[in-house]
Amino acid sequence: MIAEFGAFAAALALALSLAQGLLGLTGHNKTARAAAAAAVAQAAALALALAFACLIAVFVQSDFTVAAVAANSHSDKPLIYKIAGAWGNHEGSMLLWCLVSASFGAVLASTRGAQSLGLWSRAVGVQGLVSAAALIYTLFLSNPFARLDPAPMQGAGLNPLLQDPALAAHPPLLYLGYVGMSVPFSLALAALLEGKADQAWARALRPWTLIAWTCLTLGIGLGSYWAYYELGWGGWWFWDPVENASFMPWLVAAALVHSAIVTERRGSLASWTILLAIMGFGLALLGTFLVRSGVLTSVHAFAVDPRRGIAVLVLLACALGAGFGLYAWRAPKLGQPGGYAAMSRESMLVWNNFGLAVAAGVVLIGTIYPLLVEAAGGGLISVGPPFFNMTVAPLLGALFLLLPLGPMMTWRIGDLRTALVQLAPAIVLALATLAGALALAEGRAAPAIGLALGAWLIAGGAIYLWRRAGRGGGFPLTKMAALPLAVWSMSLAHVGAGVLTLGAVAETAFRTETAMSLSPGDSVAFSGRRVSLLEVGEVEGPNYSATRANFRVDDASGARTVSAERRYYPTSPAPTSEVGILSGLDGDIYIALAEPVREGGGAWGVRLYHNPLVHLIFIGVLMMALGGMLSLIALARKRGSPA
Amino acid sequence: MSFAAFLLAAAAPAALDQPGQEARAQALDLEIRCVQCQNEPIAQSTADMAADMRVLVRERIAAGDSDAEIRAFFRERYGDFVLFRPPFDARTWALWAAPLLLAGGGLASVLASRRRRSAETGEIEPEQGER
Repeated sequence: MIAEFGAFAAALALALSLAQGLLGLTGHNKTARAAAAAAVAQAAALALALAFACLIAVFVQSDFTVAAVAANSHSDKPLIYKIAGAWGNHEGSMLLWCLVSASFGAVLASTRGAQSLGLWSRAVGVQGLVSAAALIYTLFLSNPFARLDPAPMQGAGLNPLLQDPALAAHPPLLYLGYVGMSVPFSLALAALLEGKADQAWARALRPWTLIAWTCLTLGIGLGSYWAYYELGWGGWWFWDPVENASFMPWLVAAALVHSAIVTERRGSLASWTILLAIMGFGLALLGTFLVRSGVLTSVHAFAVDPRRGIAVLVLLACALGAGFGLYAWRAPKLGQPGGYAAMSRESMLVWNNFGLAVAAGVVLIGTIYPLLVEAAGGGLISVGPPFFNMTVAPLLGALFLLLPLGPMMTWRIGDLRTALVQLAPAIVLALATLAGALALAEGRAAPAIGLALGAWLIAGGAIYLWRRAGRGGGFPLTKMAALPLAVWSMSLAHVGAGVLTLGAVAETAFRTETAMSLSPGDSVAFSGRRVSLLEVGEVEGPNYSATRANFRVDDASGARTVSAERRYYPTSPAPTSEVGILSGLDGDIYIALAEPVREGGGAWGVRLYHNPLVHLIFIGVLMMALGGMLSLIALARKRGSPA
Repeated sequence: MSFAAFLLAAAAPAALDQPGQEARAQALDLEIRCVQCQNEPIAQSTADMAADMRVLVRERIAAGDSDAEIRAFFRERYGDFVLFRPPFDARTWALWAAPLLLAGGGLASVLASRRRRSAETGEIEPEQGER
């Protein structure tokens, strides 16, 4: 009964979303009709919230007459993972997609701000059509409420790799990010229909790009952190097609966050901002297609169904067709006010957009190239980390080289020499880092340059804060706290990028690993420490049994113990690995338990890794996300005040 | 080699003695794709196949092969699919040219829009800068 009620609520939401689309698109000069579109948008979001609550309810009840529950849940699962199971599968995650889209539509409808009636009404309308398209796909091709007859006695269980708190939060965050890009898309189409993209429009756009970017940052960061501690090989980023599928919209969202600032502040770059918004949503849809269609050989492709893939491709073609078609037709009519010099804040932000957009393009080509070659009958090829490291890393390096100069420039026209003089301490620090790292890396240039760039970003961000605080006289340190939130948020995000760079380069270039077999009582020297296997025993978890090995790690600061496990879930043929991680200031000691050595007299295969500064990667990601959040708060405050 | 020792070698290939050689092996492990698993390098995979391939990498290094020779060896054995660094040939030139074309195209459009703009707005004086 609950499932039928949920399906009904979702169908109702589809009807409401279609009405929202029609009313919104035709309400651009009729206040009453636009208001009706806004009210219908709220109702659609409410209906979808009800539908999603029903889905969670059938998962909590372990109602195995519902196909999605039977395929993805199990009555022995802890409650939190039963709830997370609602979106940890294809059907449920699509309903979540619809819920987020409709909720964003409702918020868009209730925050008109200074937007003109036409822009606002049309944006609400386009968002309604986006929700409707997603709902059609969900209800007709992947209905989460479909019944199963006869119903099994027990569910098949969630993929045990996914039974993890980080993974419970990873998909919703990514979806908030992906779907967050739909609102800039709706606003962009509204601006093209209206033939106007003014500063009020850019002001309405900015919070949505920030929400999308912040959620993507956190979602990707969580996924990467999960890969680090769950997959058991010490890596955190592999340029997997599905990682790329989330990285491309992230890059475009980052570009959009910056170009929208120029459009709001100076009115320039309006048509580029529109184009970015269209491409960003296109890449978010492409990401959904790549993940959901199963065209990629990847652990993420858990829904292998060509019909679904084709349907997402049709949606993508519609969105991009409408977007680019309107763009080609209407964009030439948009004015391009506000000149600026070759050396100015605007110009630096244009270079930022150049770097991010080209990087997104390179990732896109590298990701889909094997598919194109295979489709053209050229056989199977692989495009992996060597390609991306060789192409994307230099681009981001060039971007980072320019980054600290941007905030030091004034709008319209800036002064490079003054900026360089002000940044002199950062330049000195970066060069010293370069020299030191060259010695440490035994002459390998790439990691040394990477570390120097990280130091350059961090020092550059700190100098900017210091100078902003010192503006107008007085001692800078005491005035730091009084700096505008927008200044803090930008600096935090930029310094975060530097911290992330340091961690990523150090981990990639200086990690050490070794594999061996150990019996209880054995110990081995590793990376300036002594690692001993104390004992191996069996433990029982809520829905798994595990082999747990306890280790002791002795270093100069004393002895610490850590355990690593192999877990066996009755619902899964392959065991999963729970690694032991000992974090220190200089990085992590990471221990993974492999198989027992057959006829090895109780010896176990053990892999040891030393991952220097790896925690900086995740701290950097958090700093960037925090920067995004502070920036959102700053925008909300600005909206609250009359100025 | 006894059976147990063989299995041990499969689970954990004996590290090469010279430090430079083992580093080369680990770098190659990251570039070679496990042909049994889904999109994983042999460095990462826990499959037996990947372990065998890791042993193979070390054997080739110990035999004195260069990195390029080892890549060619795996390519001949398992096809282009096995290399995460695609070779430059008739099928992949567009892939390798794409970053340059994208960067060049972007550069050209940035410069073109700048020329257009400066023609419209004229020279901007230093005192017109805004904080």
